[in-house]
Amino acid sequence: MASIFEFANPKRFMTLSGAILPWLTVICVLSLAAGLYLGFAAPPDYQQGTTVKIMFIHVPAAWVAMMCYGLMAIASLLGLVNRHPLADVAAKTAAPLGAMFTALALITGSLWGKPMWGAYWVWDARLTSFLLLLFLYLGYIALWNAIEDETRAARVTAILALVGVVNLPIIEFSVEWWNTLHQGESIIRSGGPLIAGVFLWPLGLMAVGYTTLFFTLWMIRIRTEILERRARALMLEAA
Amino acid sequence: MSPFSAVLFRDMRLATRAGGSAALALAFFAAVATLVPLGVGSDLRLLSRIAGGVLWIAAVLAALLSLDRLFQSDFDDGSLDIIALSPLSLEAMSFAKLLAHWLVTGLPLTLLSPLLGLLFGLPGEGYGPLMASLAIGTPAVSAIGAIGAALTLSIRRGGLILPFIVLPLLSPAVIFGAGAVLGALDGLSNGAFWLLGAFSLVAVLLAPFAAAGAVRLNLAG
Repeated sequence: MASIFEFANPKRFMTLSGAILPWLTVICVLSLAAGLYLGFAAPPDYQQGTTVKIMFIHVPAAWVAMMCYGLMAIASLLGLVNRHPLADVAAKTAAPLGAMFTALALITGSLWGKPMWGAYWVWDARLTSFLLLLFLYLGYIALWNAIEDETRAARVTAILALVGVVNLPIIEFSVEWWNTLHQGESIIRSGGPLIAGVFLWPLGLMAVGYTTLFFTLWMIRIRTEILERRARALMLEAA
Repeated sequence: MSPFSAVLFRDMRLATRAGGSAALALAFFAAVATLVPLGVGSDLRLLSRIAGGVLWIAAVLAALLSLDRLFQSDFDDGSLDIIALSPLSLEAMSFAKLLAHWLVTGLPLTLLSPLLGLLFGLPGEGYGPLMASLAIGTPAVSAIGAIGAALTLSIRRGGLILPFIVLPLLSPAVIFGAGAVLGALDGLSNGAFWLLGAFSLVAVLLAPFAAAGAVRLNLAG
């Protein structure tokens, strides 16, 4: 039986990802285009008006931001336990993408918050925990950049990613708890009891679009990193 | 003397002797707490409300300040290599070091906190919860800080990275710690102490392993 580690061979990864990448890009572009079209065509919500359309670009960003941390942690674990360079590269290249999607979720969230809450930022539980998630990503990237030796940087940041993944649910819970403790301002809870089909379709398509966008970019980043390392090795050989 | 207590007492001696970081951390704690009324105004009603939160933040910052000494100086002068060769496991060593760190920073900060609470006009019912929450929560600060200190060991100028990676991880301690004080002022029993205790226990139990892993990686190079 083929194990996942057969694909962890960089050479095999390059041919396989090279074959998958065009298809992934096509799915990404198509679903984003369809999702955006349906999103703009969707009628305004009776409560939130046209601002409900921000949801289509906001919610999938938040999903991907969290998924990315999970993937980063899995890659870190594989890198730490199996000492595989491809897992190290995967974890390293996922972090900036995760930070990007987290920032995107925060920005679109605060743009939605201005007309809904009357302020760009309220200390809502989800916004706060996403801000902390952004700091976790940035700390991970900063630690990567600060350690010169590549292998050591990969192992050390893997420990940080794993500590972070253990702590993330606790942070999430504590922020939720904290938010109920400080019930100062009245926050309108978003979303009705049921999401109508006209909203569900564009949301689903955008989720597929964002997810495939993430995987496309991730794959390109991994490929670039592998090629860069190969180029460096060749240059050292030639020197 | 067992190797464990040897490391423990050695670290405590290094921190408390002249030029050590223990007294400085305490002074820093008081200085940060003093700056807050200068920034937000001297309204005692406001200050008594935010006292718990301010003292918690000041305590976390003060504890972080002395973290880079936890492994770094031993790493630089080579004593960490020698400790690693001793029969003491790196996990036990990490635990001894974080315990020493707590004994010379967390514990004194806890003992000093009522005095600063007084300056903030903290009502009488807040002192017990303030000290209790600091006593329960500061071990988590030392523990997670030890992970950060071990991770940043090989970085030449890791000064700013260490607090940056540790602070978001510490947010639950600040939330539950300050929440416990606020809950006591409002006469609520919100379970903050239990949650803080749980967080602290998990942090102290897991930290030696994560820190030892990081130390091992950084010594290997």
